[in-house]
Amino acid sequence: MTSLLEVEGVTKRFRGVIAVDSVTFEVPQGAIFAVIGPNGAGKTTLFNTIAGMFAPDTGSIAFSGERIDGLAPNEICARGIARTFQIVRPFPALSVEDNVIVGALLHRRDVGAARQCAQALLRRLDLFDKRRQLAANLTLPDRKHLEVARALATEPRLLLLDEVMAGLRPTETDRMVATLREINRESGLTILLIEHVMRAVMALASRVLVLDHGTAIAEGTPEAIVRDPAVVQSYLGAETE
Amino acid sequence: MNLAIVVNVVIQGVLTGLVYGLMALGLSVIFGVVRVINFAHGEFAVVAMYAAYVLFVTLGFDPILSLFPVAAAFFLIGYALHALLINRFIGRSEHEQFILLVGLAIVIVNGLLMIFGPDARPTNLPYSFDSYLVGPLFVDKARVYAAVGALVVAAALFAFFRYTTTGTAIRACADNRTGAAVVGLNIKRLYALTFGLGLACVGAAGALLVPIADASPLLSQQFTLLAFIIVIVGGLGSMAGALIGGVVIGISEALASLFMAPSIKSMFSFALLVAVLVLRPQGLMGRRI
Amino acid sequence: MTDLWSSIPQRGRVTLLVLIALLLAAPMALDRYLISIFVLIFYYAYVGQAWNLLMGFAGQLSLGHALYAGLGGYVAALLWFYFGIGPWLGVFAAVAVAAMFGAAVGWLGFRFGIEGVYFALLTIAFAEFTRIAFDNMPFTGGAGGLFLLYDAQRSHEWWNLRGGPLLFYYIGLVLAAAAAVLTAWLARSRIGFQWLAVREDQQAALALGIDAFRVKMIAMLISSSMTAIGGVLLTFYYNNLFPTQAFDIGRSIEIILAPIIGGLGTIFGPIVGAFILTPLGEGLIALTGSLGIDAPGAKAVFYGLTLMVIITLRPDGVWPWLKRLLALTEVKS
Repeated sequence: MTSLLEVEGVTKRFRGVIAVDSVTFEVPQGAIFAVIGPNGAGKTTLFNTIAGMFAPDTGSIAFSGERIDGLAPNEICARGIARTFQIVRPFPALSVEDNVIVGALLHRRDVGAARQCAQALLRRLDLFDKRRQLAANLTLPDRKHLEVARALATEPRLLLLDEVMAGLRPTETDRMVATLREINRESGLTILLIEHVMRAVMALASRVLVLDHGTAIAEGTPEAIVRDPAVVQSYLGAETE
Repeated sequence: MNLAIVVNVVIQGVLTGLVYGLMALGLSVIFGVVRVINFAHGEFAVVAMYAAYVLFVTLGFDPILSLFPVAAAFFLIGYALHALLINRFIGRSEHEQFILLVGLAIVIVNGLLMIFGPDARPTNLPYSFDSYLVGPLFVDKARVYAAVGALVVAAALFAFFRYTTTGTAIRACADNRTGAAVVGLNIKRLYALTFGLGLACVGAAGALLVPIADASPLLSQQFTLLAFIIVIVGGLGSMAGALIGGVVIGISEALASLFMAPSIKSMFSFALLVAVLVLRPQGLMGRRI
Repeated sequence: MTDLWSSIPQRGRVTLLVLIALLLAAPMALDRYLISIFVLIFYYAYVGQAWNLLMGFAGQLSLGHALYAGLGGYVAALLWFYFGIGPWLGVFAAVAVAAMFGAAVGWLGFRFGIEGVYFALLTIAFAEFTRIAFDNMPFTGGAGGLFLLYDAQRSHEWWNLRGGPLLFYYIGLVLAAAAAVLTAWLARSRIGFQWLAVREDQQAALALGIDAFRVKMIAMLISSSMTAIGGVLLTFYYNNLFPTQAFDIGRSIEIILAPIIGGLGTIFGPIVGAFILTPLGEGLIALTGSLGIDAPGAKAVFYGLTLMVIITLRPDGVWPWLKRLLALTEVKS
């Protein structure tokens, strides 16, 4: 299986605090890969570095064999990596449909074609009926769906999801999991996600990376990870004897 | 061009710069805490100038001393202005706040124009033309008094923020608004207080400018821009930065006036503004935004 | 173009046609003074629309737009003054120069992440810098001003903008209408969406692959070019130019009044704003004049108060509110 994303020895420091410390991993094409760890472990910083918000201090990031570290966020999106934000960022004054059209316009010059693509995605993510509402008026679960729809509109090969399940009730979580699994199965979209909701991780991920204090402390299948003593100690919680 | 003249001019620049710095201090305090861009800043300064001028002409009050009643009055005006009007704009988009104050600035400056007319009003004080002789240098008494006044007010403000509970509370608001609210601080009241203090600085600065410059509505725009330039060069949110920035701008304008035509002295300030915005947006002393 | 027209509801189309017909015919019924008021209305509607593209759509606050109007006016005027080159040709040079300055401001601002108020100050700095420069350059007439002589023999040369208020009335009308059409077209185009995205949330826009720098730059180039054309028009209308007036921040603020009061980011906002503000402002001057009150700042105080009232109570502007009001009556009937 070829690696779509290769992260090697990536370190990111903020004024003396090491947020990400020499992290190395590979995401195979078509996989759903989860990054978990306690708060402050450096997960979002890692994401932001991959997505181009900042360049890593050391190390390299390769996408489909090409180096992308140091590129601007819009260039990275143009190459096929889309991302969602931990705190959702819809365009508040635009309608739901227009939000997704913005994403679709990346690869389409014609607004009409973009609108069709947007509507198809909205149907898929259960937002078609609300397409004319202002994004500012949506509930949180709907905003999360919108964020995903918008990112998908850019036709990515790799989707970065930053805690997309946060704040969702279990039924909504299951629905999101089902949608993501379906998209991954149908189009082969590779997904890299940060998650705290273990229910989703177990259901979705084929591979899991565990970060703690910026370092990778374990990597493997979900089943192996939950049994790994280091992971249990730092994040999942030890069982009382 | 002998050295003594240059040094004289630089000293003039420093002294005037301190007064400008006080004016900018008001802006910095308002922006640093309330996060409102007071585009009517220069206009308020000119109102203060006229207030001091009127006090002088009618009651014979020395403008330097009238900084106290003027500052006090401006504190009340600032408090009221915030509580009644500006408070509604907190949390609204930046450009809306900005436009509100632009509107206010237009009203103020044209109101002054209608009341006093466009002609500059000089104030003739007993010491207007006196200087201290320091070695080979002549230093304007008026400027010295004004600069000292500015330092006194600035020091009082520093002390307030450093050593009083209210001052600390205000600093807490500036640092972390949500946190401050959570611990029970009355944000609205503290903001109004800060706005009042900011305008009090402007009021004091305006009064102190009267011995140095002739009151005219046309100065207001210049002062607003000057205050912004100083605050950006000195560093937004830094009180010391405002004074230091004031001195830097004061010196640069004085030197530009001396070595080139006075009419183009502002060009340097604008060039400096652009340079700072591009190269070091946090200014000399500010924290990175 | 046709789907632009069909996107307007039936009622709106009729209203628009009636208004245009009225405006085309109006000069037959109006005297010279009133026609000159309309010239100003069209001018402010036009440059307001240009500014609206940059602020209302791309979200960049420029308080130095007088720079482009002034440069446009001066370039065309200087070409006419020194070389006899008419504005029909000079306008191209005017646009080129203004666009260059716009590109410079845009490059500095967008490349170095100068946003919001800081960007506004940057634009002010450029305008002020240019004002002082022109004040001190003798070949532009300096502070004393540049005067274009009015030659009655040539008053038929409409391509050289020689003519009475009537000529400028129709040119102004055409420009204002064209600006509205352009804005409507851009608003529905790919870049229109991208502008709005950048305005709403630049980081999110970047994450969707939008080159924010390029998109903002395009807005700046269009806006500054359009404004320059307005500057050419006004200069040849008044036949004089002074740096203190042309580049003054007061002028820049005048440009932003109509779009803000009419409605930022809307197509008809600047037009509605201009139709409200200019007649009221001129009316106020006429009123105070006829009452014998010498109030040099009265018009400006009025504008300032209007600005404050609108931004406090109706920050979206008058046009969205008016639209809702009219739509209400539409539903009822």
